Amino acid sequence: MLRLELYKIFKRPRTYISFAIITAFALVIQLALVADGKNFISFALQGVNEQFDVKGNILNGYLVTYIILQSLLVQIPLLVALVAGDVLAGEANMGTMRLLLTKPVSRTRLVLVKYTASVCYALLLITWLAVIALALSVSIFGAGDLINLKSDSFVIILKDDVLWRYLAAFGFAALAMSTVSALALFLSSFADNAIGPIMGTMGVIVVLMIFTTLDLPIFNTISRYLFTTHMIGWKGFFDDPVPYAAITRSAIILAIYTVLFVGATIWWFNKKDIQS
Amino acid sequence: MAADIIIEAKNLSKSFGKFKAVEDLSFAINHGDVYGFLGQNGAGKSTTMRMLLGLIFPDKGSVYIKGEKFGNGSRHLLKHVGAVIERPDLYKYLSGWDNLRMFAQLSGVPIATNRLHEVLEIVGLKGREQDKVKGYSQGMKQRLGIAIAMVHNPDLLILDEPTNGLDPQGIYEMRVLIQRLSKDFGKTILISSHLLYEIEQIATRMIIINRGKKITEGDVTTLLSPDDTNIDVRIGAFDITTSLKASQWASALTNAVDGKLQFRMNPSNIPALNKWLVAQGVDVYEINASHSLEAYFLSLTNEDNAKA
Repeated sequence: MLRLELYKIFKRPRTYISFAIITAFALVIQLALVADGKNFISFALQGVNEQFDVKGNILNGYLVTYIILQSLLVQIPLLVALVAGDVLAGEANMGTMRLLLTKPVSRTRLVLVKYTASVCYALLLITWLAVIALALSVSIFGAGDLINLKSDSFVIILKDDVLWRYLAAFGFAALAMSTVSALALFLSSFADNAIGPIMGTMGVIVVLMIFTTLDLPIFNTISRYLFTTHMIGWKGFFDDPVPYAAITRSAIILAIYTVLFVGATIWWFNKKDIQS
Repeated sequence: MAADIIIEAKNLSKSFGKFKAVEDLSFAINHGDVYGFLGQNGAGKSTTMRMLLGLIFPDKGSVYIKGEKFGNGSRHLLKHVGAVIERPDLYKYLSGWDNLRMFAQLSGVPIATNRLHEVLEIVGLKGREQDKVKGYSQGMKQRLGIAIAMVHNPDLLILDEPTNGLDPQGIYEMRVLIQRLSKDFGKTILISSHLLYEIEQIATRMIIINRGKKITEGDVTTLLSPDDTNIDVRIGAFDITTSLKASQWASALTNAVDGKLQFRMNPSNIPALNKWLVAQGVDVYEINASHSLEAYFLSLTNEDNAKA
């Protein structure tokens, strides 16, 4: 059944739009940095250069990858929601849900299979991002030490110590995207049209991200419990030392949200009348 | 006999808000029936069919498939059933073959590739199976829907408005196909249609519902007794009413207006009626026997609506 779901997803031309968008986005950033990377680096290191003498291949593939990932913080969840928000609502919209549920398939199994297929898609998207951002950037710009510039400090990670961090970060991003998929699936179970769940997912993420990023006491209290706060836990792998406890906590919170969203979808879908 | 019952609805009720779509509806479909399901728009036909298939959950009542209570925990019973509800909506971006193969794999029984070819042959889609469904006509989609419904060789086919959107040729072909499924392949069929003539042609038993409730149910031959056939006669300008009312045709006469006479009687009486009219010096231009599920249906539903 999972094979059939994946077949349906990857037979649709619009599934590949996400891959094309990521490719285009990464290529644009890479080309821009090829053309004007030196100016960008001297601007970015303005504050650092006053106190430190920074030399070497600063604009390397690892830094370019980091810049690409930072730029795609909001876009990747949207691209994941494009498919996950469609898996139930899209079937309702096409009218195929009716035919699907006249077959002896349990509704719980159907939800789980559709969720698994959405996660497979998200994993492929993340893998593609890794290939297009990391592999291509390294092949264009070469490898080197990674300078991670933060608002009040910077971290230098030695060249040989970077790759595993990226692999771990992509793994964490996959977990975060599984949570986004679960949210989109949950919203998808209420709708008969995919636009609502896709926009709904993005709306929830954007609003919760505002809570996360606005440094106000009232938001600080709740933001630690919001999954959007923990979605950016992958950045922890580029700190020194790596805050493993915080990353683990974030991973657990994301997993809890995922279970809650999928569980709620199963509960609702099992009692839903199919009128589409 | 209970053992012959394929599917049974017991006291089904369903409301959407304050609107009662189906109310205390019970019926049973026996093995071999072609069971016509009739009702006006909004009478509750589709809601009932969806409840039979577990698409909509009844507020009250139960569905039994082959004697077992059907619900979320017993969806395996759907392997005995194939259905096309309203339109046969399919994956348009996939070929007919891919659609058939995918739904076959979900049908709960192992299905060989030969069987896929066989059902395509039965529904007349052989040779077009590799075309994408988005290029199919409405009739082809309906036939593919039926192929999907019957691919796992279920005992019962539930067809909701299978002639909807078809042209006259398509309607004829669909009727022939449904008759073939019943006679040649022994399928029990539950069919709803607005086209009463179609139902009359193929159904062996039927139920009429109105405003969610059963009005009547039974064998078509019993319900549509030949004695209730409408006979319309068009005659030349001649006042025959007085003679008619004094004749043996008086009890069958239902209407006499402007050269048009209407009788309700067995069509075997037509020759005698014709002879009698000619003997009275009446020019007979046309005699039409229209039996009539339509008349029967309208009289029952209008009567029921009048009571409401």
